[in-house]
Amino acid sequence: MPHIVTDKCQSCRFTDCVTTCPVACFHGDGQMLYIDNVQCVDCGACVPACPVHAIYEQTELPPDKLEWLAINAQRAPTLPIVADKQVPLPTAEARKRELGY
Amino acid sequence: MNLGIDTASLGTSGNPLRVAIVGSGPSGFYAAEALFKSPLSVRVDMLERLPVPFGLVRYGVAPDHPKLKQPTVIFDKIAQTPDFTFLGNVTVGRDVGVEQLRATHHAILFACGAESDRRLGLPNEDLPGSHTATEFVGWYNSHPDYRDRSFDLSQEVVVVIGQGNVAIDVARILAKPIDELRGTDMAEHALDALAGSRVRDIHIIGRRGPAQASFTFKELRELGDLGGCATLVSESDLQLNSASLAELEDKNNFNAAKNVEILQSWITHCATAVGKRIWFHFMQSPVGIAGTGRLERITLERNRLTGPALGQLAQGTGAMVDLNCGLLFRSIGYRGMPLPGVPFEPARGVFPSTAGRIDGMHGVYATGWIKRGPSGIIGTNRADAVATVQSLLADLPQLDSRPKSGAAGLSATLARLNSQVLSYGDWRRIDAEEQRRGAVVGKPREKIPRVSDMLAVAATAPQGSRSCGVDEL
Repeated sequence: MPHIVTDKCQSCRFTDCVTTCPVACFHGDGQMLYIDNVQCVDCGACVPACPVHAIYEQTELPPDKLEWLAINAQRAPTLPIVADKQVPLPTAEARKRELGY
Repeated sequence: MNLGIDTASLGTSGNPLRVAIVGSGPSGFYAAEALFKSPLSVRVDMLERLPVPFGLVRYGVAPDHPKLKQPTVIFDKIAQTPDFTFLGNVTVGRDVGVEQLRATHHAILFACGAESDRRLGLPNEDLPGSHTATEFVGWYNSHPDYRDRSFDLSQEVVVVIGQGNVAIDVARILAKPIDELRGTDMAEHALDALAGSRVRDIHIIGRRGPAQASFTFKELRELGDLGGCATLVSESDLQLNSASLAELEDKNNFNAAKNVEILQSWITHCATAVGKRIWFHFMQSPVGIAGTGRLERITLERNRLTGPALGQLAQGTGAMVDLNCGLLFRSIGYRGMPLPGVPFEPARGVFPSTAGRIDGMHGVYATGWIKRGPSGIIGTNRADAVATVQSLLADLPQLDSRPKSGAAGLSATLARLNSQVLSYGDWRRIDAEEQRRGAVVGKPREKIPRVSDMLAVAATAPQGSRSCGVDEL
């Protein structure tokens, strides 16, 4: 089952996940990252790398985040690949605390 | 020696940064990728002791997990970089010395993994019927070192010691219906042997509790979904002490929480009269291996956990139980191997390093399992390789800045070896031949399991296109 980035990434965009992706399947806009579910090999290496646990395997998605499955699939292929760590958004640390991490 | 002659600064096209990467598994390729992403002019020479690249992606990832082999597509792209040279069938420390590499390259980056195994340290560990998981995994994956191993699959009861993903792989391959393995790239010799397997009960044993098991929940869950196989665990083995309950509360420990959740869902499973059974046992350590002439049983000691949450250790209670078994796989961790001229930390089986810089050496680095020990999955090694390459690039002003000869400087030594050095082009010929052989039998690939056959295929290139890695320079 592919992995999905949820809206917990918004206002964070820590991008630690992308360095662990063995197949460079993360794409991003200015807000957050998205996983190309065709490229994703379902290894799960990115899941523990995210400081706010924004990434879920499809079957593990919380019920209120199911919409992100389709959003990742739609947006990822249209956006540039993010394969290297970038500077988190300025709001990242505050958002992390807000999310309880 | 700099005689005052103008030399281009290191990392420019007139004086490219030449890095020797030792090992061609994930950490080696991801290190090459990170080096090529730097703004510097970089040449990478990758030395591999086997004729063929990709390390554990080729020889470790289970054949029924083809998606996890996809990183080879990325590795292949990296290898297409004009500044990349593959030197297969060259063993560093034997064919080429570390000192020699230091003379021909500005930096050496060890990515040679953990090729050996941690031992239990018990008498009779090598009794016939007792094997390492490494041998079994290498055997079914056509690794040349393990092609000629044999496993007595007429035995009905198998014990796997260890609770990492390798232990799960071993159990799954033993339990999976053979027809589900036939379309994979599993070695034909392994398919033949597994087709006649009489294995029925597989016991997976861990010294600590379910909250401390190190397999990833996806691997564990997959066992529960196998056709014709029951996964069994006793309720008493899933009793958690307060420290373990605290561990599961840790948000960063969600894999353990998932593992426990999956195991708990199996409590109600019943041992079926037909089919295979995988039994999970926790809080037990092997303390004896016994048998007359061959393995007959192991003795397990019941443990309890002591220490704080996330730092709990298993301590024997003195309560013993015997388990009869005909086959044993030890899967308690890989171990790196020492290499002449490089410091080695025997306790952890790694090259000791700080931020990827090997202790006490200059311009010599480590990444992947030889740096961290055998933990994490393929992608973990990408992040690790990026970190080590950052250290290497930060050290640029301290590296010997004189131009280096790179692989060309090794050609005289390699020519004297009287053995073939394989290029990436040679690998592509082997790759094509393996895919051709696989297609004949309905598989994505039939790996060539013998080094001599690989060398023969590499040597059958059309006249004029035959190349040796160093000659291509």
